Amino acid sequence: MTQYLLRRLMIAIPSLLGISVILFTVLALAPGDPFEELATNPAIPPDVRANLRASLGMDDPVHERYFHWLFAMLRGEWGFSFVSRIPVDQLILQRLPTTIAVIGSSQILALCIALPVGVFAATRPYSVFDQVANTLAFIGFSLPTFFTGLLMILLFSITLDWLPFVYRTNLDATGWRWWWEQFRQSIMPIMVLGLFQGAAWTRYVRSAVLDVIRLDHVTTARAKGLPERRITIRHVVRNAMIPVVTLVALQMPAVFGGAIVTEQIFRVPGIGSLLISAILANDTPVIMAVTFVISCLVIFFNLVADILYGWLDPRISYR
Amino acid sequence: MEDDLRQMIGRVQRGTLSRRGFVRRMAALGVTAPMATQLLAITGAAPAAAQSVPAYRPTRRGGGGPLKILYWQASTLLNPHFGSGTTNQDASRVFYEPLAGWAPDGTLHPILAAEVPSIENRGLAEDGRSVTWKLKRGVKWHDGQDFSADDVVFNWEYAKSPAVAAVTSGSYRDVNVVKVDDYTVRVEFAQPTPFWADAFVAAVGGIIPKHLFKDFAGSNARDAPTNLRPVGTSAYKFVSFAPGDNLRAEANPNYHVPNRPFFDTLEIKGGGDAVSAARAVMQTGDYDYAWNMQVEDEILKRLEAAGRGRVNIVEGGSIEFVQLNATDPHTEVDGERSSIRTQHPAFRDPAVRQAMALLIDRNALEQFIYGRGGPATANFLNNPPRFRSENMRWEFSIQKANEALDAAGWVRGRDGIRAKDGVRLKFVYQTSVNAPRQRTQAIYKQAAQRAGIELELKSVTASVFFSSDVANPDTYTKFYADVQMYTTTMPQADPERFMNQYVSWEISSKANNWQGRNIVRWRSEEYDRIFRESQSELDPVKRAALFIRMNDMVVGSNHIIPLVRRPTVSASLNSLRPVLSAWDSTLWLLSDWWRET
Repeated sequence: MTQYLLRRLMIAIPSLLGISVILFTVLALAPGDPFEELATNPAIPPDVRANLRASLGMDDPVHERYFHWLFAMLRGEWGFSFVSRIPVDQLILQRLPTTIAVIGSSQILALCIALPVGVFAATRPYSVFDQVANTLAFIGFSLPTFFTGLLMILLFSITLDWLPFVYRTNLDATGWRWWWEQFRQSIMPIMVLGLFQGAAWTRYVRSAVLDVIRLDHVTTARAKGLPERRITIRHVVRNAMIPVVTLVALQMPAVFGGAIVTEQIFRVPGIGSLLISAILANDTPVIMAVTFVISCLVIFFNLVADILYGWLDPRISYR
Repeated sequence: MEDDLRQMIGRVQRGTLSRRGFVRRMAALGVTAPMATQLLAITGAAPAAAQSVPAYRPTRRGGGGPLKILYWQASTLLNPHFGSGTTNQDASRVFYEPLAGWAPDGTLHPILAAEVPSIENRGLAEDGRSVTWKLKRGVKWHDGQDFSADDVVFNWEYAKSPAVAAVTSGSYRDVNVVKVDDYTVRVEFAQPTPFWADAFVAAVGGIIPKHLFKDFAGSNARDAPTNLRPVGTSAYKFVSFAPGDNLRAEANPNYHVPNRPFFDTLEIKGGGDAVSAARAVMQTGDYDYAWNMQVEDEILKRLEAAGRGRVNIVEGGSIEFVQLNATDPHTEVDGERSSIRTQHPAFRDPAVRQAMALLIDRNALEQFIYGRGGPATANFLNNPPRFRSENMRWEFSIQKANEALDAAGWVRGRDGIRAKDGVRLKFVYQTSVNAPRQRTQAIYKQAAQRAGIELELKSVTASVFFSSDVANPDTYTKFYADVQMYTTTMPQADPERFMNQYVSWEISSKANNWQGRNIVRWRSEEYDRIFRESQSELDPVKRAALFIRMNDMVVGSNHIIPLVRRPTVSASLNSLRPVLSAWDSTLWLLSDWWRET
């Protein structure tokens, strides 16, 4: 097991290096710089802009900049944001609580919908419940989040005037009122993301359970006269979870990465909106840091999923 | 006319002619009322500041509750010397104040200065080589320290230092600043400078405290903790800031202007998009003010109909215009297209340029595309009104365009496109990707077709088009096309930095890495001469006349075809009384915002 872990971690290093090289080159090839807005401002002479570029080391050759970034990263220095001139890690840490709260709750909501609905639908295939659940799931994941988001804003904020559609990190209230306000402003982004994700997962859970429910060991359990509840939970769901765990684990980096479109619509200050504004402003250190952390998380959660397999299915061993 | 004017202004100054009488007589001469008052203002015959800012009614400080402002771009930095975008400059302005700001009518309004320098109060030197600012006494920083001339001098040293790499350095490095006494500073210029109100004024002029920045005035400037926790002199004190998200402030109980500010707390939220920002103000009323409404006028009108909020339109100098390349973009000379050594084969004929100017229907642009956000104009230099030419007219006539081309010998070929001596009237017309611009392109193309001119439309992503990437052939400064269109902005109420777009030494070329401001590459010795004259002309009336002549020259050449003015558009609740100016930051006089109850 330890050997297996070590080997996997060793393989991760070249992949991470490769990812960082590709990211850096693509960003270096992209046109523009963080001082674009200065270019059209006649009050700022062009050489001031050239100086600014030079002061941030943007005129050095790409490979030099890359190694500079890499060694700094190895020492744990994430660099400075070009546009806000503060350390990148600080920027990310500021965004992290909101991201985890909003995106994390939406993932939990998605799981809470997908697991029971998927399992229940699969145990009664082609029943009325299954048909309705299927139809809703199809509608759920065919509607893009930016559409459902706008629809919800129109309905709940503008027509009914129940919920605010601008997410605020500094609420004026305290105590219970704070929780209530927080709930009111988070409910729409959480619902939009959670329902979308939940719809997709419901389909997976249903088909995974359907695959297992027809197997011989389930029939045997039924023949022994075990109660249906126990069969479903102990003998079906546990076996059906393996593909679902992969999916959910691979979704976990998204909790960190945020949801770019939804965050933009509801003005949630998450990592997704940090990433998109950094991309629009050509803020290379921030883009590098966020994308790099996401790729680390993808590799890490892949490993977590592989280890979880062993726990769910003891037949799988690690060598 | 100029002599008459001078005599009349003299009579107003002596008191034998009333200001109202002056305005009436000027109207008879064809000068509009705002222009007439401007003339009085710039010659010092009228108390400019008194009229330029709307009345402030509240009679005590505070008690106004919260003020909530929505920006669809978020600020990331709170140091006026580092803020590279409008949002950052605006956010810094919440805390830092300049010596003076630009009022909506293009006159100066004193903020940290005790008065606006003029020849009369001996602030301006007769020879135009220096300006002396008297500072307001009794101003305190938010931390209780006194504001003095040392702070002002420090800002000059800080901004001009190459190690600090401030975006404002262009305004400070060519001047010399001397402390006269604790409350007086003198800005000295190497040459006579008619436009003296740059350093310490408006967006580049926010004064930062010496006592908090003096240890960070070198290459460690970015490490200053005060960059994100500002301590200024303004009406609102810092509470908290999350870069790219929101900014909070509270009323400064010791503000140096009585009865201000009105609001107790201030919140500026960033991010999202313009349309939903407009909704949050005009439809749900969650916010009081939304910045820069780049939204179709149609939608804004519908939201206004709800009766909760209104749209504020503030005239500035920005203009959407078309350039007809003076050089040949299809011939390469020394690795450079559109080289100044070539001439455009078709546009060197004035008849073709005239036809091009006749073929764009500005009325349609105003009516169907831009609405209130884009009134049609015949001038390149539109504002402040004292610089606006009355001589230019625009016209849309396909028939006249055809006649002009016929007369000049451009004959339609079999495909309907006109040609002469092997040169066909087929042009590449480029602009950035932006819905109103693509619609304008389509309107222009249709009209041109009916006059035998084919326009090949090209649109480039804004981040490429407006970049300074030397390796990219599609940037607007390279202008590797026959025709192009974009908006140029005028950051100050003085046209010197605006009209330098047509002087020969600013021509954009490979030699200056395409950083020259003269992108259309139009050249005129006379224009150069007049521009140089304006740079040393200290008489404001004569100087305004020079700029009007420059406008008439470029527009008359038809190499530049002005389309629509682009005033700044914002949304606010009906009860809010914001003080807005297009010549300065949106929040330039936040201390004077209040709410009617």
